[in-house]
Parts: sequence; C-alpha cells; structure tokens
Amino acid sequence: MPPLLAIDRVVKRFADGDGAAVDGVSLDLAAGEFFALLGPSGCGKTTLLRLLAGFEEPDDGRVLIAGEDMAGVPPYARPVNMMFQSYALFPHMTVFDNIAFGLRQNRRPRAEIATRVRAMLDLVQLGHLARRKPDQLSGGEKQRVALARALVQEPKLLLLDEPLTALDRKLREETRFELVRIQQRVGITFLMVTHDQEEAMSMATRIGVMEKGRIVQIGPPDEVYEHPRDRFVAGFLGAINFFAARVVAASDGVVALESAEAAGRQFSVADKRAWTPGTEVALALRPERIVLGAAPDPRWDNALSGTVKGVAYRGEASDVEIELASGKLVRATIANIERRHHASFARGEAVALGWTRESGIVLEP
Amino acid sequence: MSGVLRAARPRGDRWARALVVGLPYAWLLLFFLAPAIIVLKISLAEQTLGVPPYTSLFAAGRLQATADNYLFLVSDSLYASAYLNALRFAAGATCCCLLIGYPLAYGIVRAPLRWRNALLLLVILPFWTSFLIRVYAWIGLLKGNGFINNLLLGAGLIDQPLTLLNNEFAVYVGLVYSYLPYMVLPLYAALEKLDPTLLEAASDLGCRPMQAFWRITLPLSLPGIIAGSLLVFIPMCGEFIIPELLGGSDTLMIGKVLWDEFFTNRDWPVAAAVALVMLVALVLPMGLLRRYLVREAT
Repeated sequence: MPPLLAIDRVVKRFADGDGAAVDGVSLDLAAGEFFALLGPSGCGKTTLLRLLAGFEEPDDGRVLIAGEDMAGVPPYARPVNMMFQSYALFPHMTVFDNIAFGLRQNRRPRAEIATRVRAMLDLVQLGHLARRKPDQLSGGEKQRVALARALVQEPKLLLLDEPLTALDRKLREETRFELVRIQQRVGITFLMVTHDQEEAMSMATRIGVMEKGRIVQIGPPDEVYEHPRDRFVAGFLGAINFFAARVVAASDGVVALESAEAAGRQFSVADKRAWTPGTEVALALRPERIVLGAAPDPRWDNALSGTVKGVAYRGEASDVEIELASGKLVRATIANIERRHHASFARGEAVALGWTRESGIVLEP
Repeated sequence: MSGVLRAARPRGDRWARALVVGLPYAWLLLFFLAPAIIVLKISLAEQTLGVPPYTSLFAAGRLQATADNYLFLVSDSLYASAYLNALRFAAGATCCCLLIGYPLAYGIVRAPLRWRNALLLLVILPFWTSFLIRVYAWIGLLKGNGFINNLLLGAGLIDQPLTLLNNEFAVYVGLVYSYLPYMVLPLYAALEKLDPTLLEAASDLGCRPMQAFWRITLPLSLPGIIAGSLLVFIPMCGEFIIPELLGGSDTLMIGKVLWDEFFTNRDWPVAAAVALVMLVALVLPMGLLRRYLVREAT
C-alpha cells in the first residue's frame, strides 16, 4: 500500500526569488499522522503546502496523494483541503453556508448537507452560531469555522497553514489540545505548517524542520529536540548554548572535549560516534539541563563557574544569564518547583554550573 | 465610554467637530435644498411676459399657487413618453456600461501592480478634455463620410455608408462612452478590496474558476455594481447634450424637453415642474433601494 502522501524531490522556483523556494523536498506521510512542518518564515514551508493544495505547480519532482500523481490536477479536483492562515471565510455567507459551501458545490442532497454541517458544528462546538456572519465571530470562533469548512469535505489530507498564529496566547494553548482531539476523532491525516516550535512539538506525531527550501531533519518531536542533527535544528527548537570545542579523546561511548570558551576546561559527553581527536566541534547544551549551585557538586560530571549577569523570572521557571571568566554568556533555566525557594540569584553573585554527561550534544561546528 | 471621552474633550475641539460635520450640511442646504425650494416655488407659479417670466407666489397678501403646470405634464403624453424614453436610454446604457466596465475593472485589478496605476490613469484620461468636445468628436467618427464609415468602405466591408449618426444608436454610443469611467472606478474599488485568498478557498472547496466568480466575486462586488450603476444611471436620465448632438429629431429625452421649455418656450413654471418630477422620480426609488441595502448589510 502506498503512503497517503508522497512528495518526491519537489522543486519550486519563483521568477523573482533568488534560488528555489522549495529545493528538492522528499517526504512520505502515513494515513492518520499529524505532521508538522516547522521552519522560520521564508523557509518554503507555505510554498510546499500550496504545492500540495494545487495553487502552485512544482517545477520538478512529483506529488502523489494515495498513490495518484497530482501533476496538472487543479485544486478543485484534489482530495485535499486547506485551512488558511487568514481563515478565508466567505464574508457574505453565514457560518452554516460557509461550512456547507463545498457540499453544495458537489451537489449533495439537501438533507445530507444539513446533517453533515450540523455534525461538524457540534464537533467544533459552534452549533449556536450557525446563523452568524463571519464578522460577528471572535478569532477563535472563526478558526473553528475554517476547520469545520475544510473537515466537512472529508479530505484524505488536511493542510493547515499556521492554524493557531492568529489567536492570542491563552486561546492558542487551549486550541492545541482541541485540534489534536479533533484530529484523532475524525482520523484524517493533518499536515500543519508552523514557525512555532512549541506548537509543532506539542501537537504533531512527527515534525520536519525546514531551512532554505529543504527539510533538514524529520522525526518525532522528542527525537528532534534531543538529537538535533545540526546547529540550525538545535537552535530553532528552543533555547540552547553552544561552546566552540575540540575533541580530545573518544572511547567507550564517551567523548572528551576541551573548550577555550570555558578556560580550557575538559567536558565529557555521552556520544557513541567515533570522533577523531583534534576535530573542531560544537558542544550544545540546553538551558534546562544545567543545574546551579553555590559551589560545584562532586556528583556533577561537568562543572563550570561564573557570575550571574541577570535573572528573568517567568513564574514556572527562571532564566539565569551567567558570564564565564572568558566573557562567554551561558543561559540556564531553573524550574521554580517550590513556592518559597524559587531560584533567586543576585546580580554579580558567584555561581557554579553543572550538567550530566548525557545532557551535552556534540555537533558539527 | 464615548460620553466620558466627549466630556474630557476641550471646548475648541468640539467647535472643530461641529465645523467638520456642519460644513457639508451647510453646503447641501445652500446649494441643493435652497435651489430646490426656489424651483418648487417657480413650478407653482404661472408664466407671464416679463422679468422674471413667472408670477410671484404672494400677490396682494394672498397665496397664488397653482398645480396647473403639473396637471399639464399629465395631460400631454409628450412628457410621459419623454420621461419613459429617458429611463429607457439610461437603463440600456447603464447595462452596457456594466457589461463593458466590469471586465475592464476586473482586468485592471488583476493586472501586474506596476501597470495598475497606468491603466487607471487611462480610464480617467478622457476627463482631461472637455465633455462637450468629446461628444462633438463622436459626430466626426459616426457621420456619413466620417472615420468609421470610411474605414468600413475602404476595407470593402460595406458598399454604402451606414447611418450611424442622429439615431438611437448614436445616443447609446455617446452615453456609454461618456459615463463608462464612472462605472469602472467604483467597480475597481470594490474588486480591489476582494481578498484573492477567498477565491483560493473556493477553488479548494471544489469550485471551478467560473463557479467561484458567480459564488464569490460577483456577490462581494455587488456594492460596487450598485454604486457604479447609480452613479451612471442618474445623470444619464437628465442628459441633454448627448441626445441633442448625437440623437435625431425624434430622439425624445426629458433633459431635452426641459431645455426646450426653459429656453425655447420660456415657460419657466412648466420647466420647473418637469425638473421636480424628475427629481422625485429618481430620489424616491434610490432612497428605497438604499434602505433595502442597508437592511441587507446588517
């Protein structure tokens, strides 16, 4: 059985752009997946989505949906539907008519249209607003109408272009769960495009990180977060510290590194690859994997010392900025797990940093 | 909340507000309502020889109003047919303007950005020449040995000149040509506002381009269609120069009748009555249409 969606070395160039917007992307999606394409603006993720919807034709490569080649198939004949970032609700139609639009276009019987639209309205909990016009809805309600309008078509694949970006923060976080719940209920494959790494990781079963028209890494969220394949992926998925370092020795799955930025201190990192001593590398370290103390703890695998430059209290955690003797700034995130003893550091206070062998990541420089 | 804001506003600001709101009203009062009342007054008087050529409404302390002028309009079928003719010409020419103007406006909206302003400029370019001269120019184009006939004769498409001037056809040509820009501009404004993503959404939901036009583009450009049609239809109804210059002796439009009453017959009261009936006949349906549209929109 072929994959639900197969993208095969697709290339798209625009006349006015330098280089390709989509530069040889290949991707297979299985039925029922919730896949997130993650990348900064201008990385080509929206163009890729538009290629799948049929609004653009690829210059090279193929797109197959359920085994069928989509070359030359116009948007109105594709078994995909799209939820637009701006929602693109028809302003002259009620919520009901918006959702019924596609069914009426396909000349479904009246009774069937009414039943299916009602079911969709119930699914997105908008039954009471069926007679409203889009400009009488809140942002969250519009978003749900747009979702219902696409889902009622029962597409093989639903494309979501930045589905949560237009919502305010609190609503965005609630809607994440709701979208996942709806996706599991209807069983339709979702392909979402987003620039928000938290959104991608919390909702998707797999994510693909895009950079300059290419997918640089594909995997489940935790894998991509914990094992980024390069500095771009590591830096795009959350905050991270990089140290320029050199390999001193590598044996038994442990790499010893030396960094001038840490006053020539040696670090050990659990890494099974066979690194040649002398290789220039980057040591990447997530802020939340660093522990802080007044003095180094003998149980720490790696330790450094510095002075506190600043503290940003965020409620659930605090970000502490620490300056090393070399002048390098390191960020550590301390969870405020207790009400009275939340991380409180004074500016200029001397502090020790420690982390385990398993926390560090060795990357190409 | 607005009450609080207003209370906090300094006195000078309130004066500025009153001025901004009041000025257009003062303008309308002075240059629309006052003249209309004068015309109404004249329409209730009788024709006399003298200056001005009508009786005054108050003579010897008594009101001397007469409805004779209005009754005269009803008694002579010439006026009714002139009104109907004017409406017929205006309606036909408005439809032509819409049929030509809509694709034109649509094309400009869809043109590349760098061309759009140039194309719009071309639409309003004729305004740089006097209206009268442009209508005269059509005589040169349409007459028996004019440009168009010579062209067709030269190409061997016809054996003898076509009668293109001094008939209804010429009036339609003149009306459509002269008023087309007033149709294109509101249509352009309406179509330009249309979010192209809506058409993509329609396409995504199964619409072919033509179906998307009927279901999305046309209904959403309806305000532009109505605005353009009114803007063109109303002045066409009272048009005098075009039927006078391009029409034949049998082309009867109410604007021409008005002119004849006023200047040829010097019957100001009847001319005033003709004008007022025209005004009421146009304003009432427009007002009703507007009420209906406002209700639809909310």
